[in-house]
Amino acid sequence: MNNKIKNILWYTILLLFSLIFVLPIIWIFISSLKTSNEIFSWPPTILPNNVTFSNYITAFSKGNFITYFKNSIFVAVAATALTLLINSMAGYALAKFDFKGNKLIFFLFIATLMIPLQVIMVPIFIVLRNLGLYNSLWGIIIPPAATPTGVFLVRQYMTTIPDEVLESARIDGASEWRIFSMIILPLSKPVLTALTIFSFMWRWNDFLWPFVVLSNESKYTIQVAIANFVGQFSVDWNSLLAMNIVAMIPVLLVFLFFQRYFVKGIAMSGMKM
Amino acid sequence: MYRWKKKIAPYLFVLPNLIIFSIFIVFPALFGFYVSFTEWDVLTSPEFIGLGNFIKLFQSADFWAILSRTLIYVFSVVPITFGLSMVLAIILDRNIKAKGFFRAIFYLPTMLSFIVIGVSWRWILGNNFGILNYLLDLAGMAPVNWLTNSTTATIMVIFASVWARVGYFMVMFIAGLQGIPGVYYEAAEIDGASKWQQFRHITFPLLKPTSLVVVVLSTIQAFKMFGLIKVMTTGGPGDSTTYLVQEIYQQAFQVGDMGYASAMSVMLFLILGLLTIVQFKVSNRGGNAYE
Repeated sequence: MNNKIKNILWYTILLLFSLIFVLPIIWIFISSLKTSNEIFSWPPTILPNNVTFSNYITAFSKGNFITYFKNSIFVAVAATALTLLINSMAGYALAKFDFKGNKLIFFLFIATLMIPLQVIMVPIFIVLRNLGLYNSLWGIIIPPAATPTGVFLVRQYMTTIPDEVLESARIDGASEWRIFSMIILPLSKPVLTALTIFSFMWRWNDFLWPFVVLSNESKYTIQVAIANFVGQFSVDWNSLLAMNIVAMIPVLLVFLFFQRYFVKGIAMSGMKM
Repeated sequence: MYRWKKKIAPYLFVLPNLIIFSIFIVFPALFGFYVSFTEWDVLTSPEFIGLGNFIKLFQSADFWAILSRTLIYVFSVVPITFGLSMVLAIILDRNIKAKGFFRAIFYLPTMLSFIVIGVSWRWILGNNFGILNYLLDLAGMAPVNWLTNSTTATIMVIFASVWARVGYFMVMFIAGLQGIPGVYYEAAEIDGASKWQQFRHITFPLLKPTSLVVVVLSTIQAFKMFGLIKVMTTGGPGDSTTYLVQEIYQQAFQVGDMGYASAMSVMLFLILGLLTIVQFKVSNRGGNAYE
């Protein structure tokens, strides 16, 4: 009996605490469905008097919101494709070949995990400018694609693939590229799925890099557009809240469908040190 | 024949990643180090001035103010994140009902960008329209100028930073907890060890490797926080929530003093490196938990 009361108490605490994590998001969504008058009414209405999608319509029709959205999708998809290709290739080389420089290159990749973009944003900006990638979407697609985290995840996973599989394919005369693409990649599906999800989320949510690289409004990603929206003196909350919700949707969908991969991916990257 | 191919193949495989990596990470890191010893406004060519930027930095009262603010922020966010994520993990690792649901809820904010999170809290914390002040009003309390008072703004920025990523580290701890064999607890139970003793002598020591990763990663994350602060407080009121990274950005891209900004970046890198070394040392001092 005593235990039962204790249990109920624990669940109540947990439930109340979890409200802190979910209510803010729900509140943003509810607010985004209110009219521009109602949004600032005091006392605030908890549920909207008239549910309206006008904020979404205004946000999409005003400015270049569709362009921002397209830019974000393009960047996230292209960067993820590039990340998958070059990280899996590099991870494979580091996991399955004993070549001169293997250890050095691996160490180099891992060491730079300690150098966040924030530390090198000044020189990065200069490099991008000199390469003609300033104010170009490719300037935010290519550089982060060589992510050390991705290489690390792939390498750790691929070391578990037995060497015999590769050797027998080699004896059968398969080319190195064929071995990689027809044998290794299919065997690495779990880690590649995790990397796809993470990369998409990273690039979709990226802010500092696009913020430094993109100067032309037509190149903005959603995150940069939202940030600039706030920077203005009078914040247009109606459109902003709608934009905020739209910016959440892709990652929340990814989360809904691929939840278990997040746990796996974090668990794998947690073993990195 | 295939031996030769096998020799050359790894280099070709690693090449694309290595090229991009070298151009966009290794070279900039070295170049930034060089720039920190120059005076440079981007338009002209950099002029070598030795330690000039660093001397200017050390003599600047602003820099020390920003640095101490940054350290207060980091040393608030990291311990709170660490403790909270561990407690949540321990609660949600046990066989309780709906643990998947609770895990998902605490993980939810981790999916969102710092921009989205910053905007959300700014809306909730608004002085005259924010729901939080309305709730205070209902409770008969006076409204608080959450983001326009420097103390409460700092507290709320710390709060939002913890809120944003505590779920990520919780999942890391859950993974770590699952690596602890259940028989240890069973044995402790038989020996009559209390729950606290079990935590103190089994859970905490065996979680040490995970704890180290969590502390190192959350420290780096706190030092590099940019987007959340930009939209939540724009570094204000005044410059009360302006931290090192914001200052680097301003010096580089608004003032245009690349050398000075780079010198600050070098300082940031040194602080991060130093803290990581200290964290490894502290974690190793107790010896290996498995021994």
